[in-house]
Amino acid sequence: MRPSSALLVGVVKLLVGAYARWVGTAPSDAQRIYFANHTSHIDTLAIWSSLPRALRRRTRPIAARDYWGKGLKKYIATRGFGAVLIDRARANPEADPLEPLRASLREGDSLIIFPEGTRGQSAVPAPFRSGLFRLANEFPGVELIPVYLDNLHRSLPKGALLPVPVVCTVRFGAPVVRIADESKESFLARARDAVIGLADRKSA
Amino acid sequence: MSHWFDGIPHEFLWLFGSLIGLLGLASLTGALLARRRNDAKKAESIENLNARINAWWVMVAILAVAFLTGPTMTLVLFAFASFFALREFITLTPSRVGDHLSLFLSFFVIIPAQYVLIGTGQYGIFAIFIPVYAFLLLPSITAMRSDIEDFLSRSAKQQWALMVTVYCLSHAPALLMLPLPGAPERNALLLFYLLLVVQMSDVMQYVFGKLFGKTKIAPLVSPSKTVEGFVGGGLAATAIGGAMWWITPFTPLQSAAIAAIIVVMGFLGGLTLSAVKRSLGAKDWGVMIEGHGGMLDRTDSICFAAPVFFHVVRWFYAS
Repeated sequence: MRPSSALLVGVVKLLVGAYARWVGTAPSDAQRIYFANHTSHIDTLAIWSSLPRALRRRTRPIAARDYWGKGLKKYIATRGFGAVLIDRARANPEADPLEPLRASLREGDSLIIFPEGTRGQSAVPAPFRSGLFRLANEFPGVELIPVYLDNLHRSLPKGALLPVPVVCTVRFGAPVVRIADESKESFLARARDAVIGLADRKSA
Repeated sequence: MSHWFDGIPHEFLWLFGSLIGLLGLASLTGALLARRRNDAKKAESIENLNARINAWWVMVAILAVAFLTGPTMTLVLFAFASFFALREFITLTPSRVGDHLSLFLSFFVIIPAQYVLIGTGQYGIFAIFIPVYAFLLLPSITAMRSDIEDFLSRSAKQQWALMVTVYCLSHAPALLMLPLPGAPERNALLLFYLLLVVQMSDVMQYVFGKLFGKTKIAPLVSPSKTVEGFVGGGLAATAIGGAMWWITPFTPLQSAAIAAIIVVMGFLGGLTLSAVKRSLGAKDWGVMIEGHGGMLDRTDSICFAAPVFFHVVRWFYAS
C-alpha cells in the first residue's frame, strides 16, 4: 500500500472509526459492486477504509468530478484511494457518464457507488437512479453488495467544511440476486430495500 | 556512558518485572482456558477475563511509557484516550447541524488545550477551563446558529461529555505535574497506584460478584453490580492499595484509606456512566474493540476516581 493511502486510512479511522460489520456476506476478492446510501463526502472514504487492506487495492470508489476533481482533493481521490471520477454536470451531453465505470469493471476492479446520485440528509436513502440497474445487467458476473453507512451525515453535514469525529459502522449485506426479466423499477426498489434493511439491524 | 535506566527507582524495576511476569502467566492461563471450548456462559466469562488481562497490559504499557519517555508522551496518550472516549459519547448523543462548530471545537481545540495546560503546569487554568470557559462559550456558539430545538438538552449533554471524557480523565496524567517531595519519578508511581487500585477494584468486584453475588445494587443500571461483589472486591482492593504504600508518599494506613476512596469513586463512576449510557439507549459505549465495548467502558471508573485522588494528593501531600 502506498504511504499516502495508509495515511489516509489512518486519518479516516481516527475521525470516524469506519468499523466494518459483515452481516450478510464475508470479505471476498470476488469482483463486486458495493452500493450504499449517501449522506456525506466522507462516505466514499469510509467504505473504502473499512475494507480489508488486500481488497482496497482492487476496489475503486466513484467520486464526483465537481467535488473531487480539483487540487488537493483530486490528489487524495486519485493517488490516495484510486477513485474513478465521473461527470455529474454532463458537460458533454453525448458522453455516457457510466463509461469510466464500465472501463474499471472490464479491468476486473470492484466498484463503490452511490445510486442516489446526491447526498441525502435522512437515515433513509432517496430512490435509486438507473445506473446500478444498467451495470448489473451488463456485468452479470459481478456480485451486488448492499452497504449501509450510519452517522456520517452527523460527521460532515451538507455545507460543513470540517468533520466532527463520530463513530461510523459500515454494514455489508447479502448480495442482491438478479431476477431474469425484472423491470428496472422493481430491481432498483429491491436494491434500495436491501440497503434500508441493513439500517434496521442494531449495531454489533 | 549513562544507561537508560539511570534515575529509575528500584521500586519501578521491581513492580515492572513482577507485573510482566504475572501478566504473562495470566495471559497464558487465559489463552489455555479459551482453547478448551466451554459452554456459552463459561466462554463469555473467559472472554471477559481475557479482555481485562489485555486492559492490564495496556496499563503496564502506559506506565512504562510514562517512565521511559517522561510526562509528554503520557499526556499525549491520555489526550487520545479522551478523544476516543468523547467520540463514543458524542456518537450516542443526539446532535443537530447547529452543534457542528461547537463539537468540532470540543475535539480539536478543547482537548489539546486542556492537556497543554496540564503539561505546562497551569493548575489555576486547567482546573476551571472546561467547567467555566467551555461551559459558557460552547453553548453561546451554538446559540448563534439559531436552532432552538432541544437546545438546553443538547448543550447539557455536550458539557457532560466534555466533563467526563476530557476534564475528569485528564486528572489522571495531571498527577505527573504535582510538586511532590522527592524525585519527579515518584509522580509516575502515583499514577500507577491510581490505575492499579481502580483496576484491582474492578477485577476483584467482578470475581467476588461471580462467587458470592446475590443482592443486586441497581439491577436496571448495571445488572452485574452486587452488594457482595462491591464489599468483597472493595475490601480486597483497599487491602492491596494499603499494601502498596511503599511506592507512595502515604503511610500504610493513609494508603488504605485513600485506596478506599478510589474504590468508592471508581464504583460510582461505573454505576453513573452505565446509567448515562443506558439512558442514551446503548448497552456498550462503543465498538472500538469488537466484543469488548469501547474506550469509556474501560475508563469509566478512572474518570470518577482520578479527580478526587488528584485533589486528595494535592491538598495533603504536595509541597
